[in-house]
Amino acid sequence: MAALIEIDCLTKRFGAFTAVDDVSFTVDRGEVVGFLGPNGAGKSTTMKMLAGFVTPTAGTARICGQDVVDRPVAAKRSLGYLPEGAPTYPEMTVAGFLDFVARIRGYRGSEAAGRVAHAMGLTQTEGVRLQPIETLSKGFKRRVGLAQALLHDPPVLVLDEPTDGLDPNQKHEVRALIRRMAPEKAIVISTHILEEVGAVCTRAIIIARGKVLADSTPAALEAPGRTLEQVFRDLTTAREAA
Amino acid sequence: MAALTVARRELAGYFVTPVAYVFIVIFLMMAGALTFTLGGFFGRGQADLGPFFTFVPWLFLFLVPALTMRLWAEERRLGTIELLLTLPMPQWQAVAGKFLAAWAFCAIALALTFPLVLTVNFLGNPDNGVILAGYAGCLLVAGAYLSVGAAMSAMTKNQVIAFVLAVAVCFLFAAAGSPVVTEFLSKRIPMLAEVARGLSVTERFNNFTRGVIALRDLVFFASVTGFFLFVNAVVIDHRKAD
Repeated sequence: MAALIEIDCLTKRFGAFTAVDDVSFTVDRGEVVGFLGPNGAGKSTTMKMLAGFVTPTAGTARICGQDVVDRPVAAKRSLGYLPEGAPTYPEMTVAGFLDFVARIRGYRGSEAAGRVAHAMGLTQTEGVRLQPIETLSKGFKRRVGLAQALLHDPPVLVLDEPTDGLDPNQKHEVRALIRRMAPEKAIVISTHILEEVGAVCTRAIIIARGKVLADSTPAALEAPGRTLEQVFRDLTTAREAA
Repeated sequence: MAALTVARRELAGYFVTPVAYVFIVIFLMMAGALTFTLGGFFGRGQADLGPFFTFVPWLFLFLVPALTMRLWAEERRLGTIELLLTLPMPQWQAVAGKFLAAWAFCAIALALTFPLVLTVNFLGNPDNGVILAGYAGCLLVAGAYLSVGAAMSAMTKNQVIAFVLAVAVCFLFAAAGSPVVTEFLSKRIPMLAEVARGLSVTERFNNFTRGVIALRDLVFFASVTGFFLFVNAVVIDHRKAD
């Protein structure tokens, strides 16, 4: 069976600037890929292309075999996406917002209500279900964004900094949630917290200046007696000096 | 349909902020004041809503762009455009949903002018068919201006620029048929004078206020609205990530 995420020679240029340069990788069911890189390395742009928000300059991306440019609606149906910064409509209540997402995804009536309740349960947001999102703390906002991405139990999850702004306990819970879901899904998370990669990821991809510099298991990257942080610093600063 | 879900969310959004109330109150006050003072509603001794209908397109010229300027600009500012456009629906449905919500809102504002209809029916025996045709004309003018405003909002992140551009383009459509413009053009470029008269929203609208609903006027409004919604969809597709 083909991989759930297939990225092939993906490139994005903004004018003369190449944000993502010929990136290729695949993610199978059961894998949790940690997408690492310094700020501005092209992590978010790659994820935006995968989600069908940014149109690639060259190359292709497929989700469950559906090309994100040629068959965008089919590709998006299989995808749960948490955009950078977890944007939500501030004036809506948590339940109202999730109900909106459920309806767009085609759920109606008791099924929609069930999906919303389940997503709130997974992210522990039931306690604030009737509060307007703008009144919530940063951690709750992030979890509402996560609930939106998990609502339809998608085979593919693309999460841009899912634990940013959470306190240590919440981080722990989100990581546990990702680990629990991992066996049935293909998951890509971006982060710049290196210990997170060791905690949840089965594979790490290090990217800088739009290019993939390393693609291996966290254990293999650390193998020659170095910490992941040393590997990350060596790979990403070497390039900048060059 | 996803467009209706988007429309429902948008319309509810108008009423949780003061935007809706300010818009409706100002519209009703100005429409009323202009009808009774400048329009000489009582003095002219005719049982119709002629003075009211004269002023509505000119009020819409400023109020409709105020309504549409935030349509896409706000989504960009909050980052929710990334969420909205990565949900599994064709992009035109998001465009249509936003337009329908704004149009429904204008219909609500127009419906709230019902005391004028009651007044004129109490004082005399107006032709209610003509009044109904006039209201239909108002709604079509609102639709055309809304589509212009929505397209301008898609082009820029800046709400003030969106407002000014929308007023300018709507003014072109409103003033195209006025004697100043057509006389100027017929003296110099006679060919364009006919074009200008053909593009005039005001002239088409006047047919409605006389109680004439002609197919060619309906086609005109449908074409203008459809064209600018198309522009809106194209602009969003190309510039969504900017």
